[in-house]
Amino acid sequence: MTKKKNRNQTSPGAKKSKWALVWIRFRKNKLAMVGLTVLVILLLAALLAPLYIDYSQATKQSIREAFEPPSSRHLFGTDQYGRDLFARIIYGGRISLFAGLVTMGIAFLCGITLGGSAGFFGGRTDTIIMRFCDVLMSVPGILLSMSIVAALGQGLIKMLIALSVSQIPRQARTARASVMTLRNQEFIEAARCCGTSNRRILFKHIIPNVLGPLIVGVMMGLGGTILQIASLGFLGIGIAPPTPEWGTIISENQNNLMYYPHLGIIPGVFIMIAVLSLNFVGDGLRDALDPKMKN
Amino acid sequence: MSEVLLETRNLKKYFPHKLGYVHAVDDVTLKINIGETLGVVGESGCGKSTLGRTILRLLEPTEGEVIYEGRNILPLKGKEFRKIQTGMQMVFQDPYSSLNPRMSVYDLIAEPLKVCKTVTGKEAMAKKVQETMELCGLSERHNNVYPHEMDGGRRQRVGLARALVLDPKFVVCDEPVSALDVSIQAQILNLLMDMQESRNLAYMFITHDLCVVRHISSNIMVMYMGQVVEYATKDEIFAHHVHPYTKALMSAIPTADLSRRNRERHVLKGEVSNPINPAPGCRFTPRCPYAGKKCQEPQPLTQIAPDHFVACHECVSFSS
Repeated sequence: MTKKKNRNQTSPGAKKSKWALVWIRFRKNKLAMVGLTVLVILLLAALLAPLYIDYSQATKQSIREAFEPPSSRHLFGTDQYGRDLFARIIYGGRISLFAGLVTMGIAFLCGITLGGSAGFFGGRTDTIIMRFCDVLMSVPGILLSMSIVAALGQGLIKMLIALSVSQIPRQARTARASVMTLRNQEFIEAARCCGTSNRRILFKHIIPNVLGPLIVGVMMGLGGTILQIASLGFLGIGIAPPTPEWGTIISENQNNLMYYPHLGIIPGVFIMIAVLSLNFVGDGLRDALDPKMKN
Repeated sequence: MSEVLLETRNLKKYFPHKLGYVHAVDDVTLKINIGETLGVVGESGCGKSTLGRTILRLLEPTEGEVIYEGRNILPLKGKEFRKIQTGMQMVFQDPYSSLNPRMSVYDLIAEPLKVCKTVTGKEAMAKKVQETMELCGLSERHNNVYPHEMDGGRRQRVGLARALVLDPKFVVCDEPVSALDVSIQAQILNLLMDMQESRNLAYMFITHDLCVVRHISSNIMVMYMGQVVEYATKDEIFAHHVHPYTKALMSAIPTADLSRRNRERHVLKGEVSNPINPAPGCRFTPRCPYAGKKCQEPQPLTQIAPDHFVACHECVSFSS
């Protein structure tokens, strides 16, 4: 092998090969692959819903068709208003998954920035950020979301903001703790030694090393967020009915669970499957991002 | 006499503490010439590492001057300091924690170049990295290897390559071999010495291992509780060490010579006293077998022979 060829393999492709390696390690984890597949199927089913099922099916009421058992016409049966449960779950998934992902995305980014700088800079920055987080955390999550929604008004975007804000403190705390353990490591000092800026140290040396535990936290939070959206819907300040959403579907049907348990079980199973696969993917991702897990 | 590369004048580093200040580095004045090695010896916690870090401004000194190539670098800021910083690098003690575990060997060694931009262009950078790796005994196949996949010796080679890739003139080696086993210690020491010869590097070699220091240094500085107690050329200090603390250190070197088994031993009693707001006199007094009344007064480093300085009332009065 010539020298030139070797160099081409390593230096210019270095970044690409790193992500390729992550993918190779991720693929080895069967559970994570199952989770990813299920998640992709759920997301595709939700995104492509208009192609195979009409939205009106999810909202159109016809009392005559109420409480129909699962059949070829209504795959999961119908609810008390005769709305097709399958259509409601598929369209509900669009909102639940989308809202969950966006919320956690925002919470993750804000959390890592706030918690990261608190842990990294310490001193006054740390005190100000963490006391702010303490205040947010001392208010129960639902109450906080409720007051934010009350202040901003109802609506999807406003609910997303409310949910993110209530998730930020937890993410910030995890990020801060992880950053603090790393801050005094020798390799950070080694980076300072050649004049690396604080920003580069934070993004190049610290964040890649704390990503693992944070991702697991985010995935756990995602499940919680989907449930929180449901709670807000149940309290009547989340997604306004008749728009379907997984949590709302369950709360709508709770009076009839005694006689028609499938109305609660099926959306419940969907929530469970989504949360479970998210956790599997999170676990797999954490391991895959860690070069030590190569073998 | 060769040219002075780095000098410190009355360098001090105090750490604030509830009860006052910890005098980690107190009034250290030293000189390092181009191509020479200053060995810094002393027990754990005596301020050796703090001294090294303070010189590189990884810790900001409390007082004093650090003069590099005839220029006080302490007031320099931002870009101006960055430029000088590339000439002064550091090799760390623990090769396990001084390398970012998420970066491959190539990235680790290229990182200082990316930050300092001494070499621009991907091709040139790759060339520089490969050259340095070769010098440090690493081959191209290590490019995509991660630190945890290598043994301690190889990791330390990576640490060394990271320091040398910027073509520094001065390297602080903070116990670079004390975490390695003996067979690998020799390899790394020889590598350091080869580098010094071919690139005319100046080292400040921090260690508590006197055998290592004898092997590599041209001058030796003995520190106790943040102060220099004896400072001389290597041959001078090994032949005529006078400070009681240096004597104790020297007599602790194990020897393979049976005839020297019954040599006089200087075993120190007691422990290092409190470094918070120490009294003005000699800090070694509580453990010194020769301590007298005079020792309560400060004694600056005094020349007792050409290239031999000592801070001890007894020794100074004895030699004069």
